[in-house]
Amino acid sequence: MIETQALGKRYGDLVAVDGITFKVEPGQVLGFLGPNGAGKSTTMKMIAGFLAPTSGSARVCGFDVEEQSLEARRVVGYLPEGAPSYGEMDVRQFLEFIADAREVPANLRNKRIDDAIDRLNLENVLQQPIDTLSKGFKRRVGLAQAILHDPKVLILDEPTDGLDPNQKHEVRTLINAMARDKTIIVSTHVLEEVHAVCHRAIIIARGKVLADATPAELESRSRYHQAVSLTATDVKAAKEALSRVPDVASIEVDAQDGRITAFPKPGRQIFVAVNAALQERSIVVRELALEGGRLDEVFRSITQGNAATEARA
Amino acid sequence: MSAITTVCKRELRSYFATPVAYVFIVIFLVLSSAFTFYLGGFYERGQADLLPFFNFLPWLYLFLVPAVSMRLWSEERKSGTIELLLTLPITMWQAVMGKFLAAWAFIGIALALTFPLWITVNYLGDPDNGVIFASYLGALLMAGSFLAIGSCISAATRNQVVAFILTVVACFVLVMAGFPLVLDAFRSWAPQGLVDAIAGLSFLTHFASISKGVIDLRDLLYFVLMIGFWLYASAIVIDLKKAD
Repeated sequence: MIETQALGKRYGDLVAVDGITFKVEPGQVLGFLGPNGAGKSTTMKMIAGFLAPTSGSARVCGFDVEEQSLEARRVVGYLPEGAPSYGEMDVRQFLEFIADAREVPANLRNKRIDDAIDRLNLENVLQQPIDTLSKGFKRRVGLAQAILHDPKVLILDEPTDGLDPNQKHEVRTLINAMARDKTIIVSTHVLEEVHAVCHRAIIIARGKVLADATPAELESRSRYHQAVSLTATDVKAAKEALSRVPDVASIEVDAQDGRITAFPKPGRQIFVAVNAALQERSIVVRELALEGGRLDEVFRSITQGNAATEARA
Repeated sequence: MSAITTVCKRELRSYFATPVAYVFIVIFLVLSSAFTFYLGGFYERGQADLLPFFNFLPWLYLFLVPAVSMRLWSEERKSGTIELLLTLPITMWQAVMGKFLAAWAFIGIALALTFPLWITVNYLGDPDNGVIFASYLGALLMAGSFLAIGSCISAATRNQVVAFILTVVACFVLVMAGFPLVLDAFRSWAPQGLVDAIAGLSFLTHFASISKGVIDLRDLLYFVLMIGFWLYASAIVIDLKKAD
C-alpha cells in the first residue's frame, strides 16, 4: 500500500510538488499522468526514498519513507527515470549486485535472478556489458532490477519510454500480470497506456493533483463521450438528417476526411436515434461509431484549461 | 554479506572491467620506478633503504589519487545511478564507506605491486624492514586521506575534470601546509596558534615521521581523523546535492 499525505517538495522558491494526497491499495495500478515538469518524477523519487519531502509525508506498506527509510526501501522496487544502471557491468553481474544489495536470501538468489531474466527476456544478453545494449534492453534491465526481489510495491517511472510497440506490449503484459498482488505506480505520458494497464489515473500539473479517477471516468469528461461519428457518401444529406435528431447538440465536419461528428446534449444518448434517422432517409453510411471519449482531449483540457484559469486569476 | 562489502565489491570490480585500472597501475609503477632510480639515485646513494621511493610518493599521489577519486560520486550523479544506489536498502554511510574502501583497496593493490623494490633492496643490502613496513603503512594512510578529500569534492560536482583539479589543489595545500608557501599566507594576520595548527595539518610532516619508522599514535590518529572527517563531509554533500 502507498499513502501520501499533503506530500510536498520545494527547491528554494520553486514548488515542484505542492501537497499531493492519494492512496493506492494492493492490486491496484495507479497511472501518473502530466506534462513534463509536472512533478511526477519528484513525487516518485520521494516515495522511493531518494529525495526527502519538504512537507507532508508518505508511507509505503505502513513505513514512513523518512522515519523508517530502510524498511520502506526494502519493500519497494524502483525504476528511476531513464533506467540508469552501471554500464560497465554485464547484465548478470548487475542483477547479482542488486540481489546482494537487496539482501535476497542465498537459497532464493539464483531463482529470483533467473525469474527476472526470464520475465524480461534477457537470456541472450546476459554476458554483455550494459553499455553496449540497445535502449530497449537497457530499460528491460532496469525493470528486471526493480522486480528482482519480488517487492510488494513497484514504482516505475516511464517504464515503456524508448521501447518499440512489441516491447511496450510485453511490458504492459508484465505489469498486468504483477498487478494482482502488488501496489504499482506507473508514470507515463503515453495515454493509450492508461487504458492498457491502469485501474486509476491521477493527472498532475504544476505539482498539484488535477484529477483522480478511473480511465473510463476520465473519458466520460471528454466532450466526445457518447458522441456519434460517421462517414457518409453524401455529407450534406447526412448532416441534414443529424440536425433533425432532437438530442443532438452540435455537429462538426472534419475538413480533411469529411468525418461527421454529432455531439449529444449533456447526459443524453443519441446513437439509436441517429441510426434510425439515417435509415429513415436511406443515407448510405460507410462507417458509424459510438465514441467512448478521448483521453488526450481530456488531458489537454484539464492541464491547459487550468493554466488558462490560473493565468486569468 | 554486509552492504559495505557488496558496494565495495561492485565498485572494485568495475575498476577492472575498464582499462582505467590497468592504465593507472602501469603508469603508477613506471613513474614510481623512474623517480626512485633516476631522480632519487637509488643505486648511487649506496644505502639499503627505500627513501628515494617514499620521498617522491606524496608527489606522485598528488596527481594519481585524484584521478581515481574524481569519478567516485560525480560519475554516479552524471549517469543517474546514484538514484539506483541510494534507493537500495543501504544507508548513506554504507554507500560512502563501500565506495571509499574499494578505491582505497585499488590504490593499495597498486602500492603492493611495488614489492620488487622491497625485494631488490633486501637482495642488495641489509635494510631495516621495520622502517620500510612503516613507510608502506604511512603511504597507504596518506593515499586514504587524499581519497577521502577526493570523495567529498567528487560528491560536489558531476564534472570529473572539475573534481580532479579541485582535489589536486586541496591535496596540494594540505601537503604543503607545513611549508612557508602556505604558512606565509597566514603569518601576516593570523595568531601564532592558528599558524601552528595549520602547520600541524601537513601531510608531509606526519608521513615523514611515520616513514622514519616511528609509528606514533598521534600520526595514526591524524590520518584516521582526516579520513573520517572527509568521508562524513562526503555523506553530507551527497545528501545536499543529490537533488540537482
